[in-house]
Amino acid sequence: MNAHSAQERCFHCGEATTEGERWSTLVDGQRQPMCCPGCKAIAETIVASGLKDYYRHRTELPELSPAELEDSDLSARESLTLYDSEALQRRFVAHLSGNQQGEAEATFIIDGISCAACAWLIEHRVGQLPGVKNAVLNLSNHRLVVRWQFDQIAVSSIAEAIYRLGYKASPFSATEQEEQRHREGKLAIRRLAVAGIGTMQVMMMAVPLYVGMAEQYEFFMRLASMVMTLPVVMFSARPFFTAALRDLRTRHLTMDVPVSLAIVLAFCSSIWSTLNQGIEVYFDSVCMFTFFLLLGRFLEMRARHRMGKAGNNLLTLLPNIALKVGDDGVEHVIASEDIRIGDVLRLKPGHAIPADGVVMEGRSSVDEAALTGEYLPISKKAGDRLIGGTFNVESPLLMKVTATGAEAQLSTIMRLMDRAQQEKPRAALLADKIASHFVAAVLIISSSVFTFWWLQGNEHAFFIALSVLVVTCPCALSLATPTALTAATAALRERGLLISKGHVLEVLPQINRVVFDKTGTLTQGKLTLEQVEPLADLDATQVLALIAGLEKHSTHPIARAFRAIKSAAVENTEQTAGQGISGQWNGLTLRFGRADYAWPAAPLAEPDSNAAGQWLLLASDQQPLAWVRLNDSLRRNAASIVSGLQQRGIAVSLLTGDPGASGQVVADALGITDLQTGVSPEQKLAAVRAWQQAGERVMMVGDGINDVPVLAGADIALAVNEATDLAKTNADVMLTNGRLETLLTALDGATKTRRIIAQNIGWALLYNLIALPVAAAGFVPPWAAAIGMSFSSLLVVTNALRLNRLPAPDSSEV
Amino acid sequence: MDIIYILVPLSLLLIGIAVLIFFWAVKSGQFEDMESPAHRILFDDDEPVSRPRNDTQDDKPSDKP
Repeated sequence: MNAHSAQERCFHCGEATTEGERWSTLVDGQRQPMCCPGCKAIAETIVASGLKDYYRHRTELPELSPAELEDSDLSARESLTLYDSEALQRRFVAHLSGNQQGEAEATFIIDGISCAACAWLIEHRVGQLPGVKNAVLNLSNHRLVVRWQFDQIAVSSIAEAIYRLGYKASPFSATEQEEQRHREGKLAIRRLAVAGIGTMQVMMMAVPLYVGMAEQYEFFMRLASMVMTLPVVMFSARPFFTAALRDLRTRHLTMDVPVSLAIVLAFCSSIWSTLNQGIEVYFDSVCMFTFFLLLGRFLEMRARHRMGKAGNNLLTLLPNIALKVGDDGVEHVIASEDIRIGDVLRLKPGHAIPADGVVMEGRSSVDEAALTGEYLPISKKAGDRLIGGTFNVESPLLMKVTATGAEAQLSTIMRLMDRAQQEKPRAALLADKIASHFVAAVLIISSSVFTFWWLQGNEHAFFIALSVLVVTCPCALSLATPTALTAATAALRERGLLISKGHVLEVLPQINRVVFDKTGTLTQGKLTLEQVEPLADLDATQVLALIAGLEKHSTHPIARAFRAIKSAAVENTEQTAGQGISGQWNGLTLRFGRADYAWPAAPLAEPDSNAAGQWLLLASDQQPLAWVRLNDSLRRNAASIVSGLQQRGIAVSLLTGDPGASGQVVADALGITDLQTGVSPEQKLAAVRAWQQAGERVMMVGDGINDVPVLAGADIALAVNEATDLAKTNADVMLTNGRLETLLTALDGATKTRRIIAQNIGWALLYNLIALPVAAAGFVPPWAAAIGMSFSSLLVVTNALRLNRLPAPDSSEV
Repeated sequence: MDIIYILVPLSLLLIGIAVLIFFWAVKSGQFEDMESPAHRILFDDDEPVSRPRNDTQDDKPSDKP
């Protein structure tokens, strides 16, 4: 089927629309094309709320496809009312006045924010609701804090208003880890501020000292500088001291050791010098040094925290509440931590399953994609096992709980992940390696310089040794590497790749194998229409209209493939779990689904059994009407990234949990020769371990829960943008623009970064080779040291800033 | 030049106050979102907002703006 040839684009979501399947909405007096009823409804809501300026402000198209949203909306309407239950509200609603009548505050995580205009839209829409005092959306962590008069509007109505704009809202409650990270972030900002303000002030006071001022004021100025430096050393520089002590205890020479040593020695000697009218004080160097180092670490921490923006709640897959059926047959809502083994729960269609268990009653299909990577729902009947965290798709089920909490399968995967993380090969960092040699050298040279001058009977021996330490320390390593890494991280972030761990840029150039997951990584992870083969006198468009009509109200993943198609009026639709769907049209009974369900009279052969995907049959009660092929289509540019990697001499492997033949088809289409299908998370991890033991550096690209252990174990883990929260928090790198080819940009960028780091370190070493003997000889006056140091730093920083000119993903690969 | 004995301690005092104000700003969460305020200022409604016809949460689909 080729319905997506060049035509108009949907005004709301930017999808292509065709003449036959167009809706429209009046925006600002102009009739604008819409691709589907979902977009139309959202656009109408926006216009009716007086927020049409959204379309003027926005810089990005919506992230969630409205077809997908409408789908989740159907099931969400009902589940939203659960937000009103007390069991759930206890977790995320704070009553500010202490009772149910006063003001309340709740935090929601919003899904689907693509640009700043989304925040504007949501804040204004929620602000219009009765009783809402204010609504503030944080663009960096996508959290919406709403404060409202509790008795005037229900929580579910607030959430529904957000859904109607085309976003998903789920309640948020901070975990322990999240709280701690929050405190850590605040403390870091304070440390940075104290160091920054202190540096400015001490430098201001250092100028008259350098220029030379009247003897009687010198002592006073030095004293003032000392007072100002004290909080910088005691408060701001504390993280370096604790890290240095920890490293010394584990017998490790890291940069923290000479950094701490330089700070402490320079500070103590300056105090001594102040009190004893010594020749030199180094308060300004101490402050500046601390400030620059803190700044580098602060930026790194911010990038790391950004990853967990979805709340870092490992168990977000599990619903917060469950419907328990009591012994007397009465249903009541309980919080999910109150579920006990042996409880009987009712599972509504479209809801996540809260615990592991066994089906007691009912027949439905369950979407286990997040855990197994299998994108088609699996049919379940009485006696079958259910896994917590998966989704019930079609019809209600009654389940008996067999495992909760730590014993549940989801927790098992998490334990596997924890273990993999501990065993993760420690990346030998270039900076660390050089640092430990360099640190040792600096310490030896400084102490021998001191010994030499002391034996010569020079009274300035200590200060000469100290100036060696100060002159060599800052530029050489503390600036050379971090500035390059920061510039490269920022440049890659702009191009859609978020790096959260320090080792990534240094390990990337050494990667010699990239392992992909299939579903959701190389493929879109959702079914799309591939082919229509009419069998009777109806043409493809008519056939699709009939199927769209049948599937209109279905929540099954198959139905999503037909959302954007204009539907015919089909009535009395009825689903049969795992089989198909039937309905009435023009007095005919239509059936759509598996061939033996749609046309049970005689077995029909599939038109082309070699084609990838799934053939489904549409039939009336008189004759088969058409074959339709659905498949999980490949991501754009999946082929070019594979060939791009292979050109760079990197091996490409495909590991998929899907046991079907589609893995082979994908591998063939992309030219991947190394393929393993039907592998469990344990086997995936074992395969990666085997490669690592053979000396390879492995990068894993994945998205699902089943990829989590292997993501944790790989040298570098990359999660795609639609990945589950758990996968994202375990990844070192996250793709934010959904374009796999950004990976190639990252590889090239990392190589360039490595080169620039080498240049910077080379320059710094050269500078030190010249400066060190002069300083050791005691010939470096303070002003010369200051100019030399600044010039050297400036050169290093400018060189690092060249990394901002990385090629954009488009130009790197065609 | 003896004024310096007053001015320098005064500047230290002012810095102390500045740091305290900064700490208060951090505590009240002003540094938590470094992105939205920069964008928000651009969106302020340059034209009078077309208020919704009814302020309730009723948003009936309509073809009219």
